[in-house]
Amino acid sequence: MKNWLISTAFALAVAMPAVAQDYQPDPNAKPGGGIVVTYKDDVATLDPAIGYDWQNWSMIKSLFDGLMDYVPGTTELRPGLASSYEISGDGTVFTFHLRPGVKFHNGREMTAEDVKYSFDRVTNPTTQSPGAGFFGSILGYDAMADGSATALEGVKVIDPMTVEVTLSRPDATFLHVMALNFASIVPKEAVDAAGADFGKLPVGTGAFKLAEWTIGQRLVFAKNTDYWRPGVPYLDQVTFEVGQEPIVALLRLQNGEVDVPGDGIPPAKFREVMGDPAQAARVVVGGQLQTGYVTMNVKMAPFDKLEVRRAVNMAINKDRIVQIINGRAVPANQPLPPSMPGYTKDYKGYPYDPAGAKALLAEAGLGDGFETELFVMNTDPNPRIAQAIQQDLAGIGVKASIKSLAQANVIAAGGEPDQAPMIWSGGMAWIADFPDPSNFYGPILGCAGAVQGGWNWSWYCNADLDAQATAADSITDPAMVGERMQKWSDVYMAVMRDAPWVPIFNEQRYTMKSKRMGGADALYVDPVSIPVNYDYVFVTDVQ
Amino acid sequence: MAAYLFHRLLQSALILLGVSLITFFLLYALPADPVRQIAGRSATAQTVENIRQQLGLDQPFVVQYWRYLSGLVQGDMGRSYLQKSQVSELIAARLPASLLLMAGAIVFELVLGLTMGVVAALRRGSATDQTLMIASFVGVSAPQFVVGLLLLYVFAVQLGWFPIGGYGTFSHLVLPAATMGILGSGWYSRMMRSSMIEVLRQDYIRTARAKGLARYRVILRHALPNAILPIIAMIGIDVGIFMGGIVVVESVFGWPGIGQLAWQAIQRIDIPIIMGVTLVSACAIVMGNLLADLVTPFIDPRIRLR
Repeated sequence: MKNWLISTAFALAVAMPAVAQDYQPDPNAKPGGGIVVTYKDDVATLDPAIGYDWQNWSMIKSLFDGLMDYVPGTTELRPGLASSYEISGDGTVFTFHLRPGVKFHNGREMTAEDVKYSFDRVTNPTTQSPGAGFFGSILGYDAMADGSATALEGVKVIDPMTVEVTLSRPDATFLHVMALNFASIVPKEAVDAAGADFGKLPVGTGAFKLAEWTIGQRLVFAKNTDYWRPGVPYLDQVTFEVGQEPIVALLRLQNGEVDVPGDGIPPAKFREVMGDPAQAARVVVGGQLQTGYVTMNVKMAPFDKLEVRRAVNMAINKDRIVQIINGRAVPANQPLPPSMPGYTKDYKGYPYDPAGAKALLAEAGLGDGFETELFVMNTDPNPRIAQAIQQDLAGIGVKASIKSLAQANVIAAGGEPDQAPMIWSGGMAWIADFPDPSNFYGPILGCAGAVQGGWNWSWYCNADLDAQATAADSITDPAMVGERMQKWSDVYMAVMRDAPWVPIFNEQRYTMKSKRMGGADALYVDPVSIPVNYDYVFVTDVQ
Repeated sequence: MAAYLFHRLLQSALILLGVSLITFFLLYALPADPVRQIAGRSATAQTVENIRQQLGLDQPFVVQYWRYLSGLVQGDMGRSYLQKSQVSELIAARLPASLLLMAGAIVFELVLGLTMGVVAALRRGSATDQTLMIASFVGVSAPQFVVGLLLLYVFAVQLGWFPIGGYGTFSHLVLPAATMGILGSGWYSRMMRSSMIEVLRQDYIRTARAKGLARYRVILRHALPNAILPIIAMIGIDVGIFMGGIVVVESVFGWPGIGQLAWQAIQRIDIPIIMGVTLVSACAIVMGNLLADLVTPFIDPRIRLR
């Protein structure tokens, strides 16, 4: 038995490097120089266990590293602080071999003890990490969560350069979890010294280190000259200026003062920018692991009837909604976005067919329509999108009144079983934490999310599908990834048959950059380092 | 005087207590849950409960409020839910910027508003008067968000006279201070105009004119000081209006003050920050009013404090 394990593990370890085609550095890239990036909202924290915002996500990626990482600009996993790893045949034991000679910004060498400390810290309830739940498959997580343990039973230091992680169940997404910001490796002494202020005094192993932070004004990242990946980062310095309205950031970009407006092109200026060839040439468009959808609460009449949910799916004109947001999205026909592995390419979705929708309503005994409520977050363009949906519904005799509320109130209403019959997800929509189809199921379509305060706002709970999802995630053999993706595709197709959602669109990302910025377009719409992969971009005007 | 001061300070403390109670209750009664904002969307029900317990948000309202208040009395405003830093540090880091902006706005509105008012009063009924009064009306009515963007576009982007937002030098201050000041200058010009017209009707002005003083001397020495009196007290009250304005203006210009902090905290239900900024602003308003009342008798001996 043991021999079999070792040989399988060996086979897997050998197979691994072939999966990730590593990044080909740009031959024109020159090191040096600095860029200015702006954000509207202040940076709350740079603690990798806490940070979960638009603006600090990629900042933390540049300050810290995890055991795993992604090939820049792609969704392909590659080794990070672990130079190699083995997976046991049953998929529950991961042995990571750490890269020797990696130093924290404070000069100390990283060891296996740091890995264990970091995982214990992020899962400890007193850390209040919003990402703790991602580590749920590690053995001993439950004891950590209820406070009865202070260390994860499943994380063992074998020797200073080897860590063994045992899972309580096979989890095909575990390597993705190891690449999340929450799984970043932090040095204990720096965390202890800073206490609750570690988010302001971050120490990691990343490509950049924090050089200056003036609260409410700017952060300066300086190049980590000791970085363990050879050749990167190219930039000497990245300056983040916070508190800048997107429209002001765009004006400053046109004036040559800003290199990347981190919040993108403001809707009011979108047509102007795209209509000007000189400016449009500096815009990079890419997919985003996001889907905007309308949920229908299957616990509330009449959405407990399948015909009604299908009718609503056929009543909504998605192309018109895409026009409302200036075409900054593509119409969606299934929960997964097109750039997500497991997306079903040949599925056509429900057609836009108001007449057919009316017939379905009549079949359900609701030929005269019905009244309902559509909850929506109150910031532009969401109320306008809700109005379009309202009109489409009126076309099949459904009278929906719009409840436009603050984000937190919509989320609260969705988390109650009997509050919100319909919700338009805009402004709160699901953006994947990691590029794997399972990330779109559990919390928003699975039974686990259909609880009070959960994110499954359609309250759809199908035990058979839950079982299929678990089966899919038990396939940990990388050679069988195709089979696993097929299983996930089947799950989402079954969801579409039951129709608890109307998938509306997948937002596209439009990143703008200054003339002097270099590097492949993919780096500016990186699916993981959102919005920009700071480690690999460069400037063209250095000597 | 001492008794008056004591009385007023006691009154101020009660007002602040009331503000803290009302704000705390509103945040408590909010249908949204701050714990879910902290816990994130991948959190289990148990994690949510854990955090709720650690923050004491599972306690009844009275206990929560008492804890906050007793911390406050000891100078502890708590830690931000999401940033984890001390609220007092976050506010202290940003307060100077807001005060600077307010000072700039006061100077701007006084200079512009008083000048407009005096000129309008002296040319009463003329086309100049009417133009100025319409301009002041526009200034009072225009939304600050629009005024701010307009000034940015014209003076920073097109003309390039000032930087496009930001903080640091005097030229950074001009446009945001002007945006805030335009609103106030509208009020001041109207008040100054009517006050000036009132004073110009007085007998002592006629006497001064009759004894042959030059027109500018009559206006500067006799009319202006008397006309300005009722305006001084307004500056204190202005502080309250500014506290509302900084939320908008600081966002438009990327001015790193407490208004921006408040706006971001409100969006994320970061209760300790919202409480802290509210109390600091309430403090400023109360102090502004108090100062206005205290200063008046020095300017106008007819007014006595009791």
